[in-house]
Amino acid sequence: MKVLVPVKRVIDFNVAVRVKADRSGVELANVKMAINPFDEIAVEEAVRLKERGAASEVVAVSIGPAGAQETLRTALAMGADRGILVKHDGPIEPLAVAKILKAIALEEQPRLIILGKQAIDDDCNQVGQMLAALLNWPQGTFAAKLELRDGETAVTREVDGGLQTVALTLPAIVTTDLRLNQPRYASLPNIMKARKKPIAEKSVADYDVDPTPRLKVIEVREPEKRRAGARVANAAELVERLRERGVI
Amino acid sequence: MAALVLAEHDNASLNEATAKAVTAALQMSTPVHVLVAGADCAKAAAEAAKLQGVETVLVADDPRYAHLLPEPVAELILSRASSYEAIVAPATANGKNILPRVAARLDVPQISEIIAVQSPDVFKRPIYAGNAIETVEAKGFKKVVTVRVSAFAAAPSGGNAAIETIAPAADPNLSRFVGENLTRSERPELTGAKIVISGGRGLQSKENFALIERIADRLGAAVGASRAAVDAGFVPNDRQVGQTGKVVAPELYIAVGISGAIQHLAGMKDSKVIVAINKDEGAAIFSVADYGLVADLFEALPELEKALGR
Repeated sequence: MKVLVPVKRVIDFNVAVRVKADRSGVELANVKMAINPFDEIAVEEAVRLKERGAASEVVAVSIGPAGAQETLRTALAMGADRGILVKHDGPIEPLAVAKILKAIALEEQPRLIILGKQAIDDDCNQVGQMLAALLNWPQGTFAAKLELRDGETAVTREVDGGLQTVALTLPAIVTTDLRLNQPRYASLPNIMKARKKPIAEKSVADYDVDPTPRLKVIEVREPEKRRAGARVANAAELVERLRERGVI
Repeated sequence: MAALVLAEHDNASLNEATAKAVTAALQMSTPVHVLVAGADCAKAAAEAAKLQGVETVLVADDPRYAHLLPEPVAELILSRASSYEAIVAPATANGKNILPRVAARLDVPQISEIIAVQSPDVFKRPIYAGNAIETVEAKGFKKVVTVRVSAFAAAPSGGNAAIETIAPAADPNLSRFVGENLTRSERPELTGAKIVISGGRGLQSKENFALIERIADRLGAAVGASRAAVDAGFVPNDRQVGQTGKVVAPELYIAVGISGAIQHLAGMKDSKVIVAINKDEGAAIFSVADYGLVADLFEALPELEKALGR
């Protein structure tokens, strides 16, 4: 069983983002980039499936600038077998990404596609669901646990009231939540080995998808800053202040 | 043209998230219709009909909608989509699960987790965990939008909408519900509570969360937690406040033993009044707190409980 894992290159989650002075977006130049943390969890889950003998091949795919090659190398160092880099500079919306991934899925014929539930840059939380819709596959979003059985996968999902388990017929889409697994650190030998693993280079045009964004970004601003208030000496003073404010 | 709001409910009652999404929808397009998809969901539908501003409640009452599985519910929305200019859902687990499926099939982008409707085509939404706010224009196509419920007031009750039963749409039969493990609580729900008190890793154990719970009961507050406390197994995952958990904006937020990671701040920094109790006076949480108490929480919480009793 082949597993496809899309990975996105984003600003490292430890970096404080800065809005550009002209308000056209967020500063990306000379900023440390990394694999989207939810996608890292997706790679880990796919590699574990392979290690358990449930998956035969793990293919990582990234859509982005030339630098996204590093993101693919991260996935390969964790244990993915090969990569596909669909080169694209500039913004691209989830729907266009889903269309490209659909075309790749039809070519590669995976039984399972595992994606991060959202990218920590645009926070859209859309691609997995959109891809499932375009392929007419079932989806198990926000997965905390994934089990494979005969012809189906049972996905335990993080929902508002707790956990929900659904069974999906394969092929299926799964999107990862934080508690699905703890991704491994790639070892130095595996990082070296990953350099030799193949990455196929493609362009968006190869998939006959129009990458032009359809939403117009009017501006990007910093949120209003909250300022630190006062210190209180003890619990009694705190209660007094809160009563004055009328919040308790 | 009209707007269609997908209702969040548990069949027996309507979730307040629906009333908040109605408020957002009314700013995009009128009249507003609410779609209640469920099984034995007449009570939820009757509650939706009372929301002011709602013209019609469409009810699809069928076992296939009992658990709001995304594949059949998306088909249902698509079967009605041609009559609407905007399709709106609260950004709950269900809304986030279902709506992108609808958008993709309509071949339109989705606008996720809006926090303001600037004009019927222009929306504000947080990106980078709320570290930047993006203003986007969606012109020339049907709008598919999820709404961050903490950013909108609930539509008041007192309305009297027509209730119309609609036929279920085809079931793609791609998935089935196996089971659920929902946390039962007598306390208010996190996203709708006026007061939230959250605990972090500083609580040190599951048992120590009782200190938080006792104060929550005195205040009628919901109990939340940081990601660290959830990962440590102190509380179940649905208590998590933060970028990847619940986003809350209560009148009062009390953070206890929480350092204030960006992840957590993204989930609570729009609260009206923030209180931080932490023994580390350099903790980042103090930089957003209106009232900071530098103290050992194991001393401060019992004192707080006592002070509240006076």
